[in-house]
Amino acid sequence: MDTLQIGSYKFNSRLFLGTGKFSSNTLMREAIEASGSELVTVALKRVKPGEDNDQLLNHLKIERVRIIPNTSGARTAEEALFAARLAREAIRTDLVKLEIHPDPRYLLPDPFETLKAAELLVKDDFTVLPYTGADPVLCKKLEEVGVAAVMPLGAPIGSNQGLKTRSMLEIIIEESRVPVVIDAGLGLPSHAADALEIGADAVLVNTAIATAGDPVLMARAFKEAVSAGRRAYLAGRAAIRSAADASSPLTSFLDSSVVNGR
Amino acid sequence: MSFVEIYNTLRLEELKAFIYSRSENDVADVLGKEKRLSEWDFMTLLSPAAGKFIEDLAACSAAITRKRFGNVIQLYIPLYLSNECTNICTYCGFSVTNKIPRIVLTREQIKKEAEAVKAYGFEHLLLVTGESSRRAGVEYLKMALEVVNPYFSNLSIEVQPLKLNEYKELREYSVHAVLVYQETYHCESYRRYHPRGKKSNFEYRLETPDRIGAAGMHKIGLGVLLGLEDWRVDAAVMAVHLRYLEQRYWRTKYSVSFPRLRPAEGVDLGTLSVTERDLLQLICALRIFDPDLELSLSTRESAYFRDHVIPLGITTVSAGSRTDPGGYSVLKKELKQFEIDDSRSPLEVAEAIKRIGLEPVWKDWDRAFGGERCGGAAAKAS
Repeated sequence: MDTLQIGSYKFNSRLFLGTGKFSSNTLMREAIEASGSELVTVALKRVKPGEDNDQLLNHLKIERVRIIPNTSGARTAEEALFAARLAREAIRTDLVKLEIHPDPRYLLPDPFETLKAAELLVKDDFTVLPYTGADPVLCKKLEEVGVAAVMPLGAPIGSNQGLKTRSMLEIIIEESRVPVVIDAGLGLPSHAADALEIGADAVLVNTAIATAGDPVLMARAFKEAVSAGRRAYLAGRAAIRSAADASSPLTSFLDSSVVNGR
Repeated sequence: MSFVEIYNTLRLEELKAFIYSRSENDVADVLGKEKRLSEWDFMTLLSPAAGKFIEDLAACSAAITRKRFGNVIQLYIPLYLSNECTNICTYCGFSVTNKIPRIVLTREQIKKEAEAVKAYGFEHLLLVTGESSRRAGVEYLKMALEVVNPYFSNLSIEVQPLKLNEYKELREYSVHAVLVYQETYHCESYRRYHPRGKKSNFEYRLETPDRIGAAGMHKIGLGVLLGLEDWRVDAAVMAVHLRYLEQRYWRTKYSVSFPRLRPAEGVDLGTLSVTERDLLQLICALRIFDPDLELSLSTRESAYFRDHVIPLGITTVSAGSRTDPGGYSVLKKELKQFEIDDSRSPLEVAEAIKRIGLEPVWKDWDRAFGGERCGGAAAKAS
């Protein structure tokens, strides 16, 4: 069985989902079910910590699906720490998706604050998955402080552009000793397949599914693409050649002239 | 340096001439652009020529909004703390010259009001006062914030312009956003509409968003009072202001509201009225100009208009609002700041949002990110 292990958690699906932007909680639930995902992220700011009857959380009570709270809204390490601890209490999990983006327009992660917070959260026994820029050095430093996986972006969040940071992602995948989850920017199932094909361990998708015309159908399409991409990676791709490999070589007459005795 | 220096380089008559000289070809060119629009492009979308493209504007605006914000609408409710005011604003029901009973809610009354709106399910609250530094100044606001904080996840204020240090202090009390409308960017008109009181200082008000940004607030709300001046020119200058602020205070989010002058006591609506068609054009043009901007539509507008415009570019709506201090629980039938039009209950508005295929969101913030004094993380300016 091709399972993915992040910290002490094992996953059969390599598709992780975000829970924002859906037109209803019911539709979100149906999309998650169709996606086969076993890990979904929820912003702490969207739930009511300590309240048993939270609408959003109630819709996420799905067998096999784990919730990983995220710290979206935090602009500093200090705020992220505070949010992570609250989320741990509210959702009763040590998993945390660390998001610190001081820029509210492109929601790009702050490398300095993220590294600082990651180190402190690891020391506080969290299983930390940081959202980061596609920066190979930063990803190694995060690995060194003990994060369970790194989550570099493929393109700005919500942009649906695909793997714009491909060259850097390839380096991160090559060098990383923890799982690499490509987060943000994937707009189509083919983008997700692309990510798995180049060796990413998983992808996280939200906007592309939540704002699709038919989110449930799109969730299923992503499920299949992730699975296909992963199998392609395991199969080992055929080498890329610059010239065509013709089945009837242009120079074969040289051999046949001998055979013909001329 | 503040926006005043940039403002002083603008020639409003030139902007107006530009806007009114745009052709349909110019509009089509802007709509075909793939890169971020300039302020000039925005003015083209505000032009009378662009009015003929309202269907295209709406389609483009709706698509951008769904992609950026998803299929959700944020709900909030205003809580009027005081109608005490030392200004003359010739269009406002709270104006000092209006002979109306003046109310400043007490701690007990604020608590009752907070409980009343919380019962509807609200998590995002906007505190509103008139301008009275003596009866509803910063110390009063701090008291009010302490009272309401345990009930809500997200607090905004719409009060008189404050000093930089005062904004910094209010961050410690969990203030997330500050709304301050310029009313009009036309300096002479501004002075005519605001002949007396602290508000008569045009430049001080114009610099207020700079102070809010410098204080590290999470969000700044801008707006012009539609109907005071040529709405196209006012919106054009607001866009210049917005882009300046976004680049300078890049950690801050921005929102724009669209207060359209409504009847209130002692108000003459004049001839600059803004039609619903105009308002829709403005909303769509702003969305296309700035995909990340939060756009808020209040209960000043009718239920019919709101239900149709919400899916086209709006991100945030109020519901069940009362614009009289104490109106939710303690003091019935005091004088309002302005008339509301959409008088549906919060639940009815939420149901209407669901019917148009969007999810009403009550909570999208957490006290964890708020100020130390109200139990959140340290709110030191980052």
